[in-house]
Amino acid sequence: MTKMNMIQALNSALDVAMENDPNVLCFGEDAGYFGGVFRVTAGLQKKYGLDRCFDAPINEAAIAAMAIGMAAKGLRPVAEIQFADYIFPAIDQIVSEMSRIRYRSAGQFTQPIVVRSPWGGGIRGGQTHSMSPEAFFTHVPGIKVVIPSNPYDAKGLLLASIESDDPIIFFEPKRIYNGPFDGQADGALQSWANHAKGEVPEGHYTVELGKAEVVREGTAVTVVTYGTLVHVALAAAEKSGIDAEVIDLKTLTPYDIETITESVKKTGRCIVANEAPRTSSFAAELAAQIQEDCFWSLEAPIHRIAGWDTPYPHAHEWSYFPGQQRFINAMKSVTETV
Amino acid sequence: MATSQPRYRVPAPKFRPGDEPDFSDLKLQPAGEAKRPGIDCSWKDTVDHATGLVGALDHNHQAVGEWNPELDPDTLREGLRHMVLTRVYDERMQKLQRQGKMSFYMKSTGEEAVSVAAAMALRDSDMVFPSYRQQGILFARGRDIVDMMCHCISNSRDNLKGRQLPVHYTWAEGNFFSISGNLGTQFPQAVGWAMGARYKNEDQVTASWIGDGTTAEGDFHGALTLASTYRAPVIFNVVNNQWAISTFQGIAQGDAPSLAVKGLGYGLPSIRVDGNDFLAVYAATQWAAERARAGHGATLLELYTYRAAAHSTSDDPSGYRPKEEATKWPLGDPIERLKNHLIGLEEWDEQRHEAMESELNDLVVKSYKEAESYGTLHDGPLSPVPSIFEDVTAEPDWRLIRQRQDLGI
Repeated sequence: MTKMNMIQALNSALDVAMENDPNVLCFGEDAGYFGGVFRVTAGLQKKYGLDRCFDAPINEAAIAAMAIGMAAKGLRPVAEIQFADYIFPAIDQIVSEMSRIRYRSAGQFTQPIVVRSPWGGGIRGGQTHSMSPEAFFTHVPGIKVVIPSNPYDAKGLLLASIESDDPIIFFEPKRIYNGPFDGQADGALQSWANHAKGEVPEGHYTVELGKAEVVREGTAVTVVTYGTLVHVALAAAEKSGIDAEVIDLKTLTPYDIETITESVKKTGRCIVANEAPRTSSFAAELAAQIQEDCFWSLEAPIHRIAGWDTPYPHAHEWSYFPGQQRFINAMKSVTETV
Repeated sequence: MATSQPRYRVPAPKFRPGDEPDFSDLKLQPAGEAKRPGIDCSWKDTVDHATGLVGALDHNHQAVGEWNPELDPDTLREGLRHMVLTRVYDERMQKLQRQGKMSFYMKSTGEEAVSVAAAMALRDSDMVFPSYRQQGILFARGRDIVDMMCHCISNSRDNLKGRQLPVHYTWAEGNFFSISGNLGTQFPQAVGWAMGARYKNEDQVTASWIGDGTTAEGDFHGALTLASTYRAPVIFNVVNNQWAISTFQGIAQGDAPSLAVKGLGYGLPSIRVDGNDFLAVYAATQWAAERARAGHGATLLELYTYRAAAHSTSDDPSGYRPKEEATKWPLGDPIERLKNHLIGLEEWDEQRHEAMESELNDLVVKSYKEAESYGTLHDGPLSPVPSIFEDVTAEPDWRLIRQRQDLGI
């Protein structure tokens, strides 16, 4: 075990995958020589050569298409989109092609691809460096969406994603690349060095896709979330004194309905939370499914915490980002309902 | 109601329904005139080719110039046969669509050389990323006609399990990529595949086809950028058949000054080819494939042709162009031209041609009878209903298992 932050853990996953399988390649804007604007691909070009880790032209659709062609040929490309906010030019290739090629060819061509992309807010990124566009992809049959919340999971989930035969959109919460974030913008910077999930094995291991984790056991209310908000939810549970059970979803599609329903049937109350705008967000899907599966166990309406239905603002970031107070308010409101 | 002069130019075709089409002012370079550059040439050596027209069959149907691939008569007859089969198949399938036997069809009438000659000039191991109008490749590569028809009528033997619209063929075994309805997406994908082939140290070349209209899509730009940047072994075929449904090629700025010229800006050797000249298409493809295989990178070929039939069975071209325009097209018909060439060589005659047409017609009729024995879209049998939940991902997850149960199966 070594102490790693999330960037180092992701870099280690790519290193292990490339070492183990010559079909694994990685590329993206600035991903080659420079090692990526967030350093996730640092050192890989030097270690594995120009044709295994390389720079791509600034054309997200072309980056996705290149991965599609390579994957159909039998390689396992890991493509990087520099910010999730810039994945939209690639939407046609991802939604119309990557997600459907196995289906439309009846399995004659497959798409073992990982599209990695830094994701989420909390970094003063403004409108185009803060987005959480996961719901655009959870709506698409044929692709899976994975979002880790710590270095250990980041490496294990990325290795599992690279080894998966299905296309995966792998969103990396950039706010927690260097340390966990509890939602308090004015709090001291935290480091992964002091966090249990900052202990990462150097070699190969995987974290199972489609499997959620109960990261805090509790009896009063279930909080289902993912990414940065896992840490906000944990901090809110401690601060509020409400014995919340916090579930880190990790894989959004397919999500782990069993772990969720088991918890909600125990607590009888549920909060679903995401950073993305509220309307049609992934939290809406969770709320609908939990309502369907746990209706007779629910003692209060399911509460949804989300970003506002506005573009992500710059100056008023902390009025937008769902911080601790919103979680605490929701926990109180849900548990006070008779 | 238009009440004033337009405030910006909206290009319009020269002829609309009711007009007398006349292409006499279309100045096309005569066959045999264009030089054949070395396969290691640069984009600069093809500047004239990008605005000219590479041809090998002259007005007397004789093979002339440096782009004559000097094919033996057997190969020429084989090419003719594949083109005639493509046309006979198209005619039959169109009729069957009209009879309600399938939901949709798209002919490639007039463009048979673009797919057949190219496929014959490539190796069968080369990968193709076609659009929906290169069915000639399948015939040239020997795909079972019954299988093609089973796909089009979505029956129990459809290799795509009824998931795709007719003519969206996939044939991995024949190195024929899955056709998508989304235009142009295959162009940059072909580059990724070609890079994969290079990565695996294979000498496989990839070829992709789009139409003139699709050059306006961003993926055209992305593909050319990628191919040029990574020097990928790709052949980009732009089939300029003058029409994108109802819009003439000027709406995609095909006259500025040609579509081939666009390749030069990416540093790719780019050549405009007479798309109705079997020999020229063959020679240009062979040249581009040699270039790619030797490591010199991608080539852009603009195949200058004319979409003689409707865009699809859902289209009526008499609403936007003169009915007789195809017959006035100066580059003629690819089948007639190759046939006349062979007759000129005394390697073919009208009787043999008629006999071949009749034989292929019988083959297509017989094949359809067999295809129908595996079911039709309307009367079944189709692929089993639960198959709609298969192949979404490698393994179905709980959502699909539940949804399948919701459907009662």
